[in-house]
Amino acid sequence: MTIEDIQNEIIDEFSMFEDWEERYQYMIDLGKDLPLINDQYKTESNIIKGCQSKVWVHAEMKDDKIEFTADSDAIITKGIIAILIRAFSNQHPKDIIDANTDFIDKIGLKEHLSPTRANGLVSMIKQLKMYAIAYQTQLK
Amino acid sequence: MFKVHDIRKDFPILSRKVNGKPLVYFDNAATSQTPQQVIDVIVDYYSNYNANIHRGVHTLSQEATDLYEQARQKIQAHFNAKFSHEIILTSGTTHSINLVANGFSSILKKDDEIIVSALEHHSNIVPWQMLCERTGATLKVIPMNQEGELVMTEYDNLLSEKTKLVFVNHISNALGTINPIESIIEKAHKIGAAVLIDGAQSCPHIKPDVQKLDVDFYVASAHKMCGPTGVGMLYGKEEWLNKLPPYQGGGEMIAEVTFEKTTYAALPHKFEAGTPNICGGIAFGAAIDYMNTIGFDVIASYEHDLLDYATKKLLEIDGLKIYGTSKNKTSVISFNLKGIHPYDVGTILDKLGIAVRTGHHCAQPIMDYFKIPGTVRASFSFYNTKSEIDILVEGVKKAKMMLS
Repeated sequence: MTIEDIQNEIIDEFSMFEDWEERYQYMIDLGKDLPLINDQYKTESNIIKGCQSKVWVHAEMKDDKIEFTADSDAIITKGIIAILIRAFSNQHPKDIIDANTDFIDKIGLKEHLSPTRANGLVSMIKQLKMYAIAYQTQLK
Repeated sequence: MFKVHDIRKDFPILSRKVNGKPLVYFDNAATSQTPQQVIDVIVDYYSNYNANIHRGVHTLSQEATDLYEQARQKIQAHFNAKFSHEIILTSGTTHSINLVANGFSSILKKDDEIIVSALEHHSNIVPWQMLCERTGATLKVIPMNQEGELVMTEYDNLLSEKTKLVFVNHISNALGTINPIESIIEKAHKIGAAVLIDGAQSCPHIKPDVQKLDVDFYVASAHKMCGPTGVGMLYGKEEWLNKLPPYQGGGEMIAEVTFEKTTYAALPHKFEAGTPNICGGIAFGAAIDYMNTIGFDVIASYEHDLLDYATKKLLEIDGLKIYGTSKNKTSVISFNLKGIHPYDVGTILDKLGIAVRTGHHCAQPIMDYFKIPGTVRASFSFYNTKSEIDILVEGVKKAKMMLS
């Protein structure tokens, strides 16, 4: 599936929730369920320090596609990471570079991607794109 | 008789909604809300008096200058400074601290020592570290205990003839602890060291008497005490302010300027370069009037009631731990739920219309001491109510249910 297809799928899923509590409970459960990163990659060099929560990101190239793994010490942040990873992982670098994150607005989680929120997510998205640019350069 | 529901009518923001719920504002330690009486003064200033001060011969300039200087006198009276020129109007506590730290660059020498407390806000740590880098002086730290109180026997050990300056906050922003500043000042003075007290967190709750305290420098921000942001004050004893060099150069702060030499203006103008926050200063005076009309004794006793009530109610929640358990504290509760990140709790509370602060509260050394990433901090003001605390308690229970 393309990034856009996945994003539309996520928007569809979220449209079934009736209020913020259901949306958040779903996100919290996503955060709880997934082992998002291998412990060996939870290193100081993979850390993005937000003022509020920490985020770890690791990227690997597999068959011309980038596989992202990530984690956070805050569960709501982790839930949003799970959603972002689902959209961006296992995609070609160029598609990741071109993709946007408007779907986060559409599922009612816009405030979490505010640059002033200091939860590490904005830097994380920037980091995903940086990895994509770096791998794209390698491919050429 | 203190009637909180009448008081609340003074604050227009308290009737707004957040995320569809009535706002419960418990982030007062970050910034307090502004009463209509202060908002009116701001509107009145820009509607009727707006002009640059201290140099115009025209009527508007004279009237604006009078209002600004009256505000300085109100601040002087409030803090009981001996002279109004001992009150320097600044952009806030951080500016005030930097002004003093910069001044001490020319006084401190290598191997001098300055003492800070473990309970400080970053703004009362970093300027002094920068001062140490510039001068070669050494920074010493008064440690804290599990209750979030300063270990005073260690303070005694740190004091020596090398100590030139001690700076401690009156009240910790992260934990609410009221520090024993009377004894800190007295002991520092015995060995000839100067003392700066950061009053950013105390001034919303306490009316400090700088002469009685015999403190050398006392700093505060208007926006924590019902005034606007971007204005604050530095009190300094006259002899100290005369000793310190100017901080910034510019208009207003000079007596005479030639390209060979400039002589500086007398106090307080020596430290007030450029056009100040005129409206802010006047509104700061109005905020002090407002709080004094209610009365600081009344405020302190009401807020203490709120603190006791909230502490008792919150501790009934299983797995909730309060950081900062000194008997001597103001209406600030820093807490965590076991195994749950403070950011998550704060996010859920926001959805319920409850404004709290989460994170390290610009006091990372305190968080490191407790080995936590941060806390949820609820801070209460005299316009808060017990029914709002009930809403907070229910909100925390809901957050716990959703997150665990």
